[in-house]
Amino acid sequence: MTTAITPPNTIPTPTGRTSLLRRVIRRPLGTISLAFLLVVAVIAVIGPLIAPYDPNLASLQLVLAPPSAEHPLGADSGGRDVLSRLLAATQISIAAALVALVTALLIGVIAGLIAGYYRGWFDNVASWFTALVMALPGIVVLLAARAVVGPSVWAAMLIFGILLAPAYFRLVYAAVSAVRSELYVDAARVSGLSDLRIISRHILSVVRAPIIIQSAIVAGIAIAIQSGLEFLGLGDMSVPTWGSMLNDGFINIYKAPLLMMWPSLAIALTSIALTLLANVMRDALERTVQVRRRRRRAVATATGSIAAVTTSIGTVTGGIGIGIDAEAEPTIRHADDERAAARAGETILDVRDLRIGYGQDDGGTLEVVHGVSLDIRRGEVHGLIGESGSGKTQTAFAVLGLLPRGGRITGGSIDYEGVRLDTLGEREYTAIRGRRIGYIPQEPMSNLDPSFTIGSQLVEPLRVGLGLSKKDATEKTLALLERVGIPDPKRTFAAYPHEVSGGMAQRVLIAGAVSTDPDLIIADEPTTALDVTVQAEVLDLLRDLQAERQMALLLVTHNFGVVADLCDRVSVMQHGLIVEHGPVRAIFGRAEHPYTRSLLGAILDEGPARAPLGGAAIEKAEIQDADVAKADAVKGGAR
Amino acid sequence: MSAPLLEVENLEVEYPGKGFRAKPFRALKGVSLDILPGETVGLVGESGSGKTTLGRAVLGLAPVTGGSIRYAGREIGQLHRRERRELSSEIQVVFQDPYSSLNPALTIEQILIEPLTVRGVSTAAAKQRVATLLEQVGLPVDARSRLPREFSGGQRQRVAIARALALDPKLIVCDEPVSALDLSTQARVLDLFIEIQERTGVAYLFISHDLAVVRHVSHRVAVMYRGEIVESGDGDQVTARPEHPYTQKLFMAAPVPDPDQQEERRVARRRLMAIAAEG
Repeated sequence: MTTAITPPNTIPTPTGRTSLLRRVIRRPLGTISLAFLLVVAVIAVIGPLIAPYDPNLASLQLVLAPPSAEHPLGADSGGRDVLSRLLAATQISIAAALVALVTALLIGVIAGLIAGYYRGWFDNVASWFTALVMALPGIVVLLAARAVVGPSVWAAMLIFGILLAPAYFRLVYAAVSAVRSELYVDAARVSGLSDLRIISRHILSVVRAPIIIQSAIVAGIAIAIQSGLEFLGLGDMSVPTWGSMLNDGFINIYKAPLLMMWPSLAIALTSIALTLLANVMRDALERTVQVRRRRRRAVATATGSIAAVTTSIGTVTGGIGIGIDAEAEPTIRHADDERAAARAGETILDVRDLRIGYGQDDGGTLEVVHGVSLDIRRGEVHGLIGESGSGKTQTAFAVLGLLPRGGRITGGSIDYEGVRLDTLGEREYTAIRGRRIGYIPQEPMSNLDPSFTIGSQLVEPLRVGLGLSKKDATEKTLALLERVGIPDPKRTFAAYPHEVSGGMAQRVLIAGAVSTDPDLIIADEPTTALDVTVQAEVLDLLRDLQAERQMALLLVTHNFGVVADLCDRVSVMQHGLIVEHGPVRAIFGRAEHPYTRSLLGAILDEGPARAPLGGAAIEKAEIQDADVAKADAVKGGAR
Repeated sequence: MSAPLLEVENLEVEYPGKGFRAKPFRALKGVSLDILPGETVGLVGESGSGKTTLGRAVLGLAPVTGGSIRYAGREIGQLHRRERRELSSEIQVVFQDPYSSLNPALTIEQILIEPLTVRGVSTAAAKQRVATLLEQVGLPVDARSRLPREFSGGQRQRVAIARALALDPKLIVCDEPVSALDLSTQARVLDLFIEIQERTGVAYLFISHDLAVVRHVSHRVAVMYRGEIVESGDGDQVTARPEHPYTQKLFMAAPVPDPDQQEERRVARRRLMAIAAEG
C-alpha cells in the first residue's frame, strides 16, 4: 500500500497560494498605484477635517486669487479656497463613485450567482434584462434621470450603478456556469450542503478575484462619468466635487488657467491608478491561470508526460529514488523465442542510454529518464509498458523530437535508419517526423484541428510531404479512409472533427499516420480513450495494417491486454528505467523483476468473480433491519 | 431475504433538447434495478449507455421524468432539494475524476469536515472523525492539512472515499471510481472498497466500463446498452458466461493479458462478429 506522501517541500511552490495582494505589491506599478489610492482614500475620509477653510466660505476679496501663503492653491471664481474645496471634493467624488460601484456590485453579482447557479426562468429574465440595459445609451439615461429627479450626485450615481451592473452579471454568470459543472459542486450537493453554503464556499471563491479586478475598472469609470456630469453643469453646484471644480476652472480658463489643473490632476491620477491596478491584478492572476491551464491540457493530451515530471520530482528528491542509475540495476533481458525472432528484421530504431532532463527554475536539471536503451526491428510491434510517471511517454516523445517545453535529451543517442535524431535540428526533423516516423496519439479529438475538415487535414501532409498533386492526394486519402474501415469515406472526408465519433477520429489519425508509408509508427496509448468494443476494432486495424505494410510499431501503453493482443517484444519501464525486456510470452510467463511481477499480479482478470450475496447476507440480516428502521426514521423526520 | 435497500423501477430520464422545440434526449428508457443492504451491484456499459445517468438519478442529480426510485421503501425520485438533503447521510458518491471532484482551494480536512459540520457535528468531534476516516482509507493523519494537488490520483480517490464515508451512508454510488488510476493503484483501491464494505455493511452501486473491475467487486452485475439494461444476474454468470449478444461482444472485446489466450479470444470474437454480420 502506498501511503507515502511526497513531503510538502518537494512540491513546486504553488503560485495560487500566495495572496493576490502580495503578488500585486511585488510589482512596482502595483505598489505605486496602490499607495496613491491609499492616499486618496485617507484624504477622502479626513479631508474636510484638515481643510484650512470652510470649502463653501466665499470671500469677495479673494475672487480668482493667485496662490499665496494663506491659500496655497489660490481661490476660485467665488472666492473660495481651492485647497479646502479639493480636500472636501475628494470625499464627495469618491463616495459618489462608491455608490455606483456598490450598486453595480450588489445587483450584478447576486443576479449573476442566481442565474448561473439555478438557471431556469431567472436566467432568461436576467439575461434579457442585461441585454436591454447594455443597449441603453448611458449618458442619455443619466440626462433623462436628472430631468426627473433633479440635480443629485447620489441619484445619478445610483442609476449609473444599475447601468454598470451587466458588467458584473456577465462576469459572474460565466464563472459560475463553468464551476457549476465541476464534480466537487455535485459532491457538495450530495453531502447535503445547502445551496447558500455551496455558493458561498465553493463558487464565490472562484469569482472573487475577477470581481476585484472588475471593481477597479468600474470605479475608474464611475469617477470619470461622475466628473463628466458635474463638468457639464448637471450636478448640484452647492456640493464641492472634482467635476464642479473642473467646470469652474474651465469657465475661467483665460483668467486663471491654474484653476483647471488641480481637479484635472485628481481625476486623471485616480482613474489611471485604478486602471493600472486592475491591469497589474489581471497580470498577477492570469499568469497563474495560464500555468494551471497548461498543466491540465498536458495531462489531457498526453497523460503521463507532465504527470511524469511531477511524480518524479516527488520520488527523486523525496529520498526514494536517489541515485537511480543504469548500472545500479541492470535490465533483465530475456532471450528471443522463435516467434519474436521470426518477425525480426534489421534494427531500424536504436536508442542507447537515453537520458531526458527538465530545466528547473534554480538552474539545475531534473532527470526523468535515466539511461534507457531499446531497439526496434523492422516489422515488429514493440510494447513499452509502465505506469504513469515511469517515463514511457517521455521516451516516445524524445524519439519524435516532441518533448514538452523545458525538456531535452541530456545524454545517450537515438539512431533511426542511420540518422542521429538526438542531435538533429528542428528543420531536418520535420523531414522525418510525420513522414518517416508516424504518430498516433492518445486523444484523437484533441489532435484534430476543429476548424478544418478531416479531408484537408489528411491531404495537406501528403501534398507538402510527398509532393502529390491535390487530385492524387485526395484519391489516396479516400482510399486510406476506406482501408481503415470508415463506412462512408467521402462523407467523413468532408466532415469536421466534431461530426465523427472518437473511434472514427482515431481511425482517421491512423490513416494519417500511415499515409506517408513510414517504417516506424509511435502509438501513445492509442486505445485508452476508446470504448472496449471500439478498442478491439482499432487493435484489429493496427495489426492488419502493420502486417500489410511491414511497419514497426512502438506501442506505449499501460494495458497488459493490449500488449498481449499486439506485441512481439515488450520493455517494462519503472522510474525512468527499463527494468525488464523480452519477447511477450517471456514477460507474461516468466517475469523476473519484482516490478513486472507486481504489475502482472495487479491484473484483475485472473481472480474469481465475487460470489453473490448469500450466506453473509443472512448473518447481516439484523443489521439490515436496523438500517431499514433508521431509514424509516429519516423518512418520518423529513415529513 | 430482507427488503431491498434501493429499488429502481421503469426509470426514465430525459434531458431537454438543445434549441427551440428540440426533441428531448432520453438517456434512460425504463430501467429497473434493485440493491440489497450490504450488496454491490455492478453496472457495466460503454460511454453513452446511460450508466452514469442512472447513478446521477439515484443521487438526485438527474431529472427523473418517469418511473420510480425507492430508498428503504420511500419514493425519492422527485424529491425537493430540501428533502433531498436529508438523504445525504444515507446515499453518498465517489466520482470518477479525482482531479475535479475535490475543491482545489480547500485542504483535505476542510473537505472532510464540511459534510459533518453541516449536520451539526461540533468542530472538535468532526476533527476526531476526520482522523478516523483518514485511517480507514489508509492515509496518514498529517494529510489533513494538505491541498488536493499534493496527492496522486489514487490518494485523491482515497480522500473522496473518506468524504463519502463521513456520514456513515448505507449506499454509495461509485461512478467509475478507479478508471483514472494506474493498474496497481486500481487493485488496491478496489480492495479498499471491498474491505470497507465488509466492515461497515455499506451497499455499492458500482458503475464501470471495465468488466474485469466490475467482476472483482460485484455480487450482481447489470449490463446497460443504449439506456436499457440488457442483461443482469450474478457476477460470475454475467461476466464469464454472458447470454445477451451485446454482453458477449463486450466480453470478447476486452483483451486478455495473456498472448496465447488472447489469440484464441480474438479468433472467437471474429467468428462471433462474422455470425452477427450474416444474421
